[in-house]
Amino acid sequence: MTKVRICDYGAGNTRSVEVAFRRLGVDVAVTSDAASVLEADLAVLPGVGSAGSAMDELRSNGLDGALRERVHAGQATLGICLGLQLALEESEEDGGVEGLGIVPGRAYRIHAARVPRIGWARVDPGGAAYYFAHSFAADTTAATAHSEGIVAEARHGSFLGVQFHPEKSGPAGARYLERCLSPA
Amino acid sequence: MPLPRLIPCLDVAAGRVVKGVRFEGLRDVGDPVELGAAYSEAGADELVFLDVKATLEERQSLVELVGRVAGELAIPFTVGGGVRVVGDAASLLDAGADKVSVNSAALARPELIGELAGRLGSQAVVTAIDAAGGEVYSHAGTRPTGRRASEWAREAEERGAGEILLTSIDADGTREGYDLPLTTAVAGIPRPSRRDDRNRDRARHVADVLEVAQAALLASILHENPERLSSLRSELRELGVPVRDAA
Repeated sequence: MTKVRICDYGAGNTRSVEVAFRRLGVDVAVTSDAASVLEADLAVLPGVGSAGSAMDELRSNGLDGALRERVHAGQATLGICLGLQLALEESEEDGGVEGLGIVPGRAYRIHAARVPRIGWARVDPGGAAYYFAHSFAADTTAATAHSEGIVAEARHGSFLGVQFHPEKSGPAGARYLERCLSPA
Repeated sequence: MPLPRLIPCLDVAAGRVVKGVRFEGLRDVGDPVELGAAYSEAGADELVFLDVKATLEERQSLVELVGRVAGELAIPFTVGGGVRVVGDAASLLDAGADKVSVNSAALARPELIGELAGRLGSQAVVTAIDAAGGEVYSHAGTRPTGRRASEWAREAEERGAGEILLTSIDADGTREGYDLPLTTAVAGIPRPSRRDDRNRDRARHVADVLEVAQAALLASILHENPERLSSLRSELRELGVPVRDAA
């Protein structure tokens, strides 16, 4: 059975992500143990909250190294929301934070009419609507999908990052997570 | 702009979903776990759960109930009721809520909003405002505060609230449509000119409020028949409101 491990670093809606994967019938667990993250078929870096404290937590558990090692070895890794932003080289949040450096680019504070940008929005290509809740976004050359001019999805090697919350995006989100489990 | 949202609102008292008219005469309309599951299934864009009388005085029973509802959902989940300190909010998020709503405690101590935003991020902080005649009421609509709803909304936003959850005590449960003067005042935009006032059906009421707000809370018109949400969605689309395709 596909083994999904969700990184627990005190900055997550880990429970929602766990519930969403459990519905898909996979072996899923939340862990702060770097070794379990390394041996998973799919590792997930969820995240809401601030970049600075999130990076500190990732480092204190050695999860930063585990995630870099996975991507270096070509193992599937999914970053959600803050998880995508943390994968970049840096974020301008909290006065400047060094990221994991898995994906080229940086996170910047968005300039939408309303910040935080909250709600369902279309993602193209594809046109499906997913749920977003964020104040920062990725500026990256690895972008593979956009939503209202904002990077919605980025791929770099075996890392896939999404700015939206597939675990909160109803049937469309469930289908998205299912595709993450069986990359074409 | 993100798509307009339809958000069923579960007012919960003593572990049951209740609904009244103008905050009074609450009657039992169902089980929160069952209704939550039905709404998630029927294509709700989000779900709000408000412990309206802070009847679940024992925080642990509220947290457990929130966890059971969250387990049924694949959509965003906002929870409010009796949140007084950051720890209350954190335990609700741990149980599966995505956002926490504050009301009376923030009116008593507005700094609470900033503390929550600092710890959880603004995207997780909602300030609920109950208003009658443009004035904010606290404690489930029982105590006038002397504050104007529009001013309190602006202050809450400045302090870090990501969203405002506005309820008109005057219109609550009447099924006569949303309080557009209040909503436009809080949204800080000019009131759109209304078309024909007569024969406005429920879908038209929702379409009206979605011209000024990013989301419409729904309760009385749905709880008896959660599947009504699907037909409401099609009716809104026919009225030109770009609601999400929930399939």
